[in-house]
Amino acid sequence: MAQMTMIQAITDAMRIELKNDENVLVFGEDVGQNGGVFRATEGLQKEFGEERVFDTPLAESAIGGLAFGLAMQGFRPVPEIQFFGFVYEAMDAINGQIARIRYRSGGTQNAPITIRSPFGGGVHTPELHADSLEGLMAQQPGLKVVIPSTPYDAKGLLIASIRDNDPVIFLEHMKLYRSFRGEVPEEEYTIELGKADVKREGSDVTLVAYGAMVHSCLKAAEELEKDGIQAEVIDLRTVMPIDFETVMKSVEKTNRVVVVQEAQRQAGMASHIIAEIQEKAILHLEAPVLRVTAPDTVYAFTQAEEVWLPNYNDIIEKVNKVINF
Amino acid sequence: MKRTLENIEKQFETFQILNEEGKIINEDAMPDLSDDELKELMHRMVYTRILDQRSIALNRQGRLGFYAPTAGQEGSQLGTQYALEQEDFILPAYRDVPQLIWQGLPLYQAFLFSRGHYHGNQMPEGVHALSPQIIIGAQYTQAAGIALGMKIRGKKNVAITYTGDGGTSQGDFYEGMNFAGAYKAPAIFVVQNNRFAISVPVEKQTAATTLAQKAVAAGIEGIQVDGMDILAVYAATKEARERAINGEGPTLIETLTYRYGPHTMAGDDPTRYRTEDLDNEWEKKDPLVRFRKFLENKGLWSEEEENKVIDQAKKEIKEAIKKADEQPKQKVTDLIKNMYEELPAHLQEQMEEYKAKESK
Repeated sequence: MAQMTMIQAITDAMRIELKNDENVLVFGEDVGQNGGVFRATEGLQKEFGEERVFDTPLAESAIGGLAFGLAMQGFRPVPEIQFFGFVYEAMDAINGQIARIRYRSGGTQNAPITIRSPFGGGVHTPELHADSLEGLMAQQPGLKVVIPSTPYDAKGLLIASIRDNDPVIFLEHMKLYRSFRGEVPEEEYTIELGKADVKREGSDVTLVAYGAMVHSCLKAAEELEKDGIQAEVIDLRTVMPIDFETVMKSVEKTNRVVVVQEAQRQAGMASHIIAEIQEKAILHLEAPVLRVTAPDTVYAFTQAEEVWLPNYNDIIEKVNKVINF
Repeated sequence: MKRTLENIEKQFETFQILNEEGKIINEDAMPDLSDDELKELMHRMVYTRILDQRSIALNRQGRLGFYAPTAGQEGSQLGTQYALEQEDFILPAYRDVPQLIWQGLPLYQAFLFSRGHYHGNQMPEGVHALSPQIIIGAQYTQAAGIALGMKIRGKKNVAITYTGDGGTSQGDFYEGMNFAGAYKAPAIFVVQNNRFAISVPVEKQTAATTLAQKAVAAGIEGIQVDGMDILAVYAATKEARERAINGEGPTLIETLTYRYGPHTMAGDDPTRYRTEDLDNEWEKKDPLVRFRKFLENKGLWSEEEENKVIDQAKKEIKEAIKKADEQPKQKVTDLIKNMYEELPAHLQEQMEEYKAKESK
């Protein structure tokens, strides 16, 4: 099996789908000749031609509108929003249009669009690059929101997203792009959207996370093990829809939960997850469900970023609280 | 500094074929239409005017919902639509229901759209269109995408989209034209300049003298047309269509028109922002009046023929309302069903909840 970084796995997934289905089109700012600012589309224009992999003028709203229109002509567009903070420019195109077309048309039209975009903190970007806006997108009925945490997951989830007949927001954490390699099969495979993955089994506490925070949870779990605490780490992989079945099964086993998100605390995914847990499993709980999140400020200026972002120590602190409740 | 604006604006003269008296003033530009086709244009305008009158009445009786009156804009709406082929794609704005109807959307479905029933948005086989866009501008960027798709597929078709004078202030307006221009995609962008964006006059909307000149910044062709002259509108659209399918890129068409009625039937009162003098001035330019004169002079139209269209329209509207009434009531479970191809678990749960509610 090949060793790949997440960005290589993502490129590989697009290459496979461009090869499999002539309706797949890849486009965005700098994705053609330049291969994308992170090289996610490296070599794809050369391999598949300018009609399949191409640059767009610089306007996120029109990138969304272009994807919508191409979908109406039977294409399977895979546009890139260069950094997810720029999505504000495309909010109507995505949430007002792409997300609603199946509903609006009474099921007669659909938008099999996968919008890829880098996001996530810890890489010292200027403003409006790193924000975790998955909650904003997950609030929009009609969208699916996918956030991989490993190269293996990234490839299987991206292929599944491109093949999905509904629009998918595919968020790629910048810190995970090249920070480690993982085993990735060279052949094609898919990972079902909406299915969580237990990244580590444990019996004392459940850590629910996604994206880069999965790795913070795994690190926390290693530390906790030294104190004899066995943490189970659930990687949601898809935050819309959420695999609550897997979450509840774990809650019933461990009876203690900490939900971890890189996003700010207010109106986030963690709040939604906790609401579901207390509705469905309150009698299984031995302690309140706690959250690890960033504080409710606008995304941190880079010099405060390291403290602002949740880390494994914050997770350990909350785990100790639920264990000792 | 060389001043260019004045020179550019001077080039955007209003294109007209038929003047207010129904006389051809631009013989060279006269489109190649048979007598039957000319009569068909009149038929459609009369029919659509009656449809508008009946729709307003039905709305007042509470038998229709959301409705944006169309009277005054028939030349602009139907002249552009008549230049299309059946395989062309229409992206209408909320006032552009007539184009959909003449492209093949059954009348009862247009009424269901007004009533807020999703069946009104289900385009029948062979009608390539979106349901009317409610937000202002999104359709411009979508038209660029549809047109690019047609180009990639090698189709000899166009995407045509509509907005109003207010819509030209949206970023999407420029973005859509710019993208289509950059890709030389076969799109036609129509601005129906009816002078008021709800209440704000076009003079407050932009410093530009014409809206057609906004094409210049996107590097595409632009033309200002007398929107009360259905022949000029048709000819301009036909030419834009030819250029588009020949790979010569998109066109922006500004039609100068006027809506006689309110913005929508939801409480807008035009007397708050328009004078009676202005209304009268525009009603003199009426697209039906001048085209009727033109056809009568050619011996192609009579009161008898007009009455036949009016009777037919009334009869079909009555039947369509009856059919709309018979449509099964919309359910929340139908809406849930149309969210995703396969329902995720949380929506399956909600589906069960609403099935139970709806069976009570």
